[in-house]
Amino acid sequence: MAGSAAAAKDDSVLPKPSLLVQGLTVLVVAVAIALPFLAPSYYVQFATKVLLIGLAAMALNLVVGFGGLVSMCHAAFYGLAGYVLALTTPKYDPASLWLTLPLAVGTAALAALAIGALSLRTRGIYFIMVTLAFGEMLYFLFHDTTIGGGSDGAYIYSKPSVAIGSFVPLNLERANSFYFVVLGVVGLSILLLRALVQSPFGHALAAARDNERRARSLGFPVYRLRLTAFTISGALAGVAGYFAAAQYGFVAPQMLGWHLSAMLLVIVVLGGMRGVTGPLVGAVALLGFEEVLKSVTEYWKLVEGLVIIVLVFALPGGLRQLASMVLGPRAEAPAAEPALPAAGEASRA
Amino acid sequence: MHEVALRAEGLAKQFGGLRAVSDVSLDVRVGEIHAVIGPNGAGKTTLINLLSGDLRASSGSIAIGDRPVTRLSQERRGLAGMGRSYQKTTIFPQFTVFENVRLSAQARCAKPLRMFTHVRRDEAVNERARSALQTVGLHDRARVTASLLSHGEQRQLEIAMVLATDPRIVLLDEPLAGMGTAEARTIVQLIATLKAGRAVLLVEHDMDAVFTLADRLTVMADGCVIASGLPDEVRAHPAVRTAYLGNNGL
Amino acid sequence: MDLLTFGVQLLNGVQYGLVLFLVASGLTLVFGILGVINLAHGAFYMLGAYLAYWIAKYTGSFWIALVGGVGISFLAGMLLENIFVRRLYGRDHLAQVLLSFGLILVIDEIRQIAFGKDVHSVAPPAFLQGSIQLTDVLSYPVYRLAICVFCLIVAAAIFYVIRQTRIGMIVRAGAENRQMTRALGIPFDKVNRYVFAVGIALAALGGIVIAPISTVFPGMGDHMLILSFVVVVLGGIGSVAGAAVGALMIGLTDTFGKVFFPTFSSFSIYLLMALVLLWRPNGILGQREV
Repeated sequence: MAGSAAAAKDDSVLPKPSLLVQGLTVLVVAVAIALPFLAPSYYVQFATKVLLIGLAAMALNLVVGFGGLVSMCHAAFYGLAGYVLALTTPKYDPASLWLTLPLAVGTAALAALAIGALSLRTRGIYFIMVTLAFGEMLYFLFHDTTIGGGSDGAYIYSKPSVAIGSFVPLNLERANSFYFVVLGVVGLSILLLRALVQSPFGHALAAARDNERRARSLGFPVYRLRLTAFTISGALAGVAGYFAAAQYGFVAPQMLGWHLSAMLLVIVVLGGMRGVTGPLVGAVALLGFEEVLKSVTEYWKLVEGLVIIVLVFALPGGLRQLASMVLGPRAEAPAAEPALPAAGEASRA
Repeated sequence: MHEVALRAEGLAKQFGGLRAVSDVSLDVRVGEIHAVIGPNGAGKTTLINLLSGDLRASSGSIAIGDRPVTRLSQERRGLAGMGRSYQKTTIFPQFTVFENVRLSAQARCAKPLRMFTHVRRDEAVNERARSALQTVGLHDRARVTASLLSHGEQRQLEIAMVLATDPRIVLLDEPLAGMGTAEARTIVQLIATLKAGRAVLLVEHDMDAVFTLADRLTVMADGCVIASGLPDEVRAHPAVRTAYLGNNGL
Repeated sequence: MDLLTFGVQLLNGVQYGLVLFLVASGLTLVFGILGVINLAHGAFYMLGAYLAYWIAKYTGSFWIALVGGVGISFLAGMLLENIFVRRLYGRDHLAQVLLSFGLILVIDEIRQIAFGKDVHSVAPPAFLQGSIQLTDVLSYPVYRLAICVFCLIVAAAIFYVIRQTRIGMIVRAGAENRQMTRALGIPFDKVNRYVFAVGIALAALGGIVIAPISTVFPGMGDHMLILSFVVVVLGGIGSVAGAAVGALMIGLTDTFGKVFFPTFSSFSIYLLMALVLLWRPNGILGQREV
């Protein structure tokens, strides 16, 4: 009968990481802060890109890993915020970050609220299909109409301005300044997500993931919990999309497309759904891997597809599983996979 | 006589052509354990599902105290003071024992969904969880992940979770299912203590436990009530003997 | 809009709906019976179209392309089920989504290597070319009518097999209760393989059939995938009859949408889906009680 000390812990939702991981984290943060002084601009920009995709994935994980819902439309919130920036930036002048960021994030949050309110009435496989379809709806909205340049997309010629009146603390046109702002935003988001996840709200959400019936019978308003998580998640994805659009200086319908949503899911699984920062690690791994692949072969998508297939079969626990396989097993609770109802809920043919 | 905490009248449930439950009426009083027994397929599980709100009744009414709850969802009935354990253990497997019970206590506290304070900060909730664990005797396993508990311990945990919500009405669905004798004894003792200040409805197959615990007994067969009353009366009822012919006896 | 034009558009909508049904029925069968969500379904539709183009180009015959395309897809389906899909039964949906996404990337690249990014067209069989003259200015392509007839025949065949035959009964039983069916000793694994292969073949058939009237282009799989998902969600997962209803609704909405508000025709399909879901969260013919 299991009862060894190794199985005892205080916090299941966000377990205290081992000393090794804590040490590594400090190291990584130090490198991240020092990066612009250590590496050429190309890597700083790459790091910015990785941070933003990582943020979108961490936002998604609130819903997937902690909420147990597989959402296939998160790219839509990401892209929507980007488009809001594009639409509110004057042709050749910068827009004010203080005005456009809240607007963009607010729009993304509203979209998440609307889509979530409808989609969360469904369960399991329906939820996946419905979110997929809604994501596509937004994709087509921008692809087929002339809002934001249709299928060609739109350019953002100037990065947003952080000026307040005549006080200009930073110039976002400079890659290093942009990087630090993004690093700060991501850091704040991580703190926010951690606080959420360890709160009564977060625990109730995870409980509903583990056993929806029991959570309901205890009196938790499961629909409301999930809708709130979905909305917050959409808003954070919007933050990432806003800065991504600012970085590329360009928005296109693909930013809303389901391929990106699926990629975010891959990153979430790769990085491990257990912790808050797992997906960030996943983003580093996947995007780094892609960079290497792209320089090696023209058919990198094929390799990437094969890797994803292998990932599904060999490493359902993502990189954390790989790490524990390499570093030695620890007596932990089994890796979390969203506890979706079994496929048997489908109706007759 | 103690007041009636839960009353069901004329409950029926139809699944397509099948009548799982027909015209069942019963009530449960505070301070008593009302047991429901019957052969397999009698409709006991359906009955308990109707009472807890897991299933909606085709007809009939259910009331908690004076308040009609027939149309209320499980969540609302939970908030109205009804707690239930499930036949198939339904705990939160990835949380620790303590966290499981704390979640139950949290569900009933004033602000169950606060977003920015750490869970460990609410001392009142923590205290309720601790005392529930004490009552069922699991306090030394508090930090173990729930999925690693033995079957018997998981049942104890379920009861602790029900207790932590401080319910007026407790519905127990075959709490002794699949238990060895020693484990069963612990649970039986535990259930006996539950009725203080609460109304307990117990659905069970284990006859020894039923006759030890029940203050009143209702027997079901084929979806209907065939006898109801004090255990000794019911025991002697001819229809009951017929229904149980061939089974391990009363 | 006069009656004749309306009639023509109605026919177009029905024809489109029928092809959608063909593809979506494969998806709903695979999901309803195997419990597997197959995102790569659209990729097989595209593959069917490309195979049709390629086989027709080298043999000069549309019929060989039809039979060959379906045959190859069926075999591919059997193989895929055996290698990959089988390992996914009982795994959570996230794993299935990721697997199919990986498959899409792979299939897409293979198509790119084999056929390039070009857009192609396929000629319909000789005796189905040409049009029926309706008025002085309006004519309706014979091939489109042929598609309607063909799809109706296939649909009838599907319904017949599912409702009236033993294999259909096994398939329906499996959808209701997989474990029980297995316990009864029915060789469920074999049935699964056939169901998946049939599902894939139906998608490919849709692609082959539509190739002569639409262009064969790289993005066609994605588009069809989302549409078939909408159809399946609308109709209720696992319900072939539901897929028929959903497909018809979508076909008509899309066709008339393109006529009346072209920029919003795609958008309106999703709006329709949203409204239906508000009314029936499990689809029109899906399960009522959760």
